[in-house]
Amino acid sequence: MMTDYELTQGSASIGSPPINGVATQSRQVPLESRQWRPRRTRRKYVGYMFLLLTLAATLLGVAALYVLLESVISQGWARLSWDFISNFPSRIASRAGIKAALFGSIYLTGLVAVIAIPVGVGAAVYLEEFAADTKWRRVIDINIANLAGVPSIVYGMLGLMLFVRICAFGHSLLAGACTMSLLILPVIIVTAREALKTVPNGVRLAALGLGATKWQTIRAHVLPTALPGILTGVILSLSRAVGETAPLLMIGALSYMAFVPESPMDDFTVLPIQIFNWSSRPQDEFRVAAAAGILVLLAILLTVNSCAIFMRMRFQRKMQW
Amino acid sequence: MSFMSEAFLKLDRVKLAHFEESVVKKLLLGCALFCIVVTIGIVFLLFEEAIGFFAQVPLSDFLLGTNWAPMFEPRSFGVLPLICGTFWVTLGAALIGLPTGLGIGLFLNDFAPSWIRNLVKPVLEILAGIPTVVYGYFALTVITPWLQGLLPSVEVFNAASAAIVVGLMVLPMVASLCDDAIKSVPRAVKEAGFALGATKSEVALQVTIPSALSGIVASFILAISRAFGETMAVTLAAGSTPKLTLNPFESVQTLTAYIVQVSTGDTPQGSIEYKSIFAVGLLLLVVSLLFNMLAFYLVKKYRTVGE
Repeated sequence: MMTDYELTQGSASIGSPPINGVATQSRQVPLESRQWRPRRTRRKYVGYMFLLLTLAATLLGVAALYVLLESVISQGWARLSWDFISNFPSRIASRAGIKAALFGSIYLTGLVAVIAIPVGVGAAVYLEEFAADTKWRRVIDINIANLAGVPSIVYGMLGLMLFVRICAFGHSLLAGACTMSLLILPVIIVTAREALKTVPNGVRLAALGLGATKWQTIRAHVLPTALPGILTGVILSLSRAVGETAPLLMIGALSYMAFVPESPMDDFTVLPIQIFNWSSRPQDEFRVAAAAGILVLLAILLTVNSCAIFMRMRFQRKMQW
Repeated sequence: MSFMSEAFLKLDRVKLAHFEESVVKKLLLGCALFCIVVTIGIVFLLFEEAIGFFAQVPLSDFLLGTNWAPMFEPRSFGVLPLICGTFWVTLGAALIGLPTGLGIGLFLNDFAPSWIRNLVKPVLEILAGIPTVVYGYFALTVITPWLQGLLPSVEVFNAASAAIVVGLMVLPMVASLCDDAIKSVPRAVKEAGFALGATKSEVALQVTIPSALSGIVASFILAISRAFGETMAVTLAAGSTPKLTLNPFESVQTLTAYIVQVSTGDTPQGSIEYKSIFAVGLLLLVVSLLFNMLAFYLVKKYRTVGE
């Protein structure tokens, strides 16, 4: 920072008496350059430039969202109709609909919730409340953090080998749900642990002091207190599962389905795969259908996420200890 | 008599509670260990299939070969063209997403009034929640035509369009992680800078960024790792032509797009090209784990800088 002030030799000795050689030298420097030069104007403009740059970065982010939404809405809005939602996909673009994909997405998310929430919250409770801070816990910590960074398609390969082949679920809804559960498990664990951390220790100590066992304390006091936070994390990770495509492509979800899956062992497709399929076709009519599908998907995600945001807000208001 | 039975009941309840406690504890431990099982599963299954592949294709041919032709005779499994495609997309995404994300983080913390902050934060959250397949659609229908308008030689599928869209995709993540890192810089450190007469931008560049560097760099690495493993947008936008090229406006194929191509096609199980996706997947896993480890290491090593 100092370089910007351009302190000359003369001004460097301000405050200290000129006794050494440096000070004698500075006597020969012309008076003008001995002045302190803050270069305010230049620095002011550099400051403005920097402000403009960061502002431009922010505007780019906002503009990206605007252009994205604008293009999807302008393409897909006119295509949205009850027929679009209640029709099965078709070779004829104008008759294609998303019924199978919509039901597939809903069923899949439900199954994922049933599988992933108990395991994820359970692991979080164990790690936060029971596990002593030992080497083993650190191993699990690092492991979970790394799992969160594994590319989603690698989970798809795991699902393909483990659930489709070894467990012989086939390309079924159940195999898809199990794969997706593995994918969002680390996210659930991390957010649930954060929520458990915000519970004041006094709550635990009070319950334990009255003779409750650890599990009674957790079930009756810690979990209810942390519930909004846990639910927020769970909802956000489920919304990730709704939008994820790659692992389901890997395990062989269909892209053309003319029926609604009736049991967990049925074949299935989901909205993102339907959108992927339509987007990758060259015909414009299918692109329009993809845009309409995206609108439905975004509407679902927005509803789900605003639930999470709403709960977080309530949580923050209530957590005035 | 009734007093006695009551006491017994009480004793039972205490016993029951302790029994319940031990059962629940084991169950929860099982949940936590499940994560380790998943990790071992991923590594084991990928290795098992990849070993089958490397029995037929030598590791050196795989890593150093410059021709990727798994479908046609004569087959060749040199992974460099796929790495080239992934590299272009990741590099382009980093060039767009990282500086912009850092800029947003700085703007929101050091310059913007709170009402702008409250406006931009939800926008970033929405951007972060948009599924990747939607970004792929966006690349195909908006960015590629726009690039073609600028430069007529741009192909329908090209690395540049994929890179731009992946850059936008990692943007919210970088912005929010940088925002957190910058927010954690103690106010006193910044105010010391102001007290010395530094302007806002000087404090941002010379005090805030160095103090928050570990968090910023970690966010950069996580973003690069995500761009590296990104699948759907890249598959849609970058095409499926594996080639070693220096031209970002040509169609390329990334590691992830190859896996999608094979798994959505009708490749028979057990064939060599089917096994090759596991070798590619193993490569993906190893590189992204290295990125993650690096990020954790940096955060841990430089955590004390801002304190």
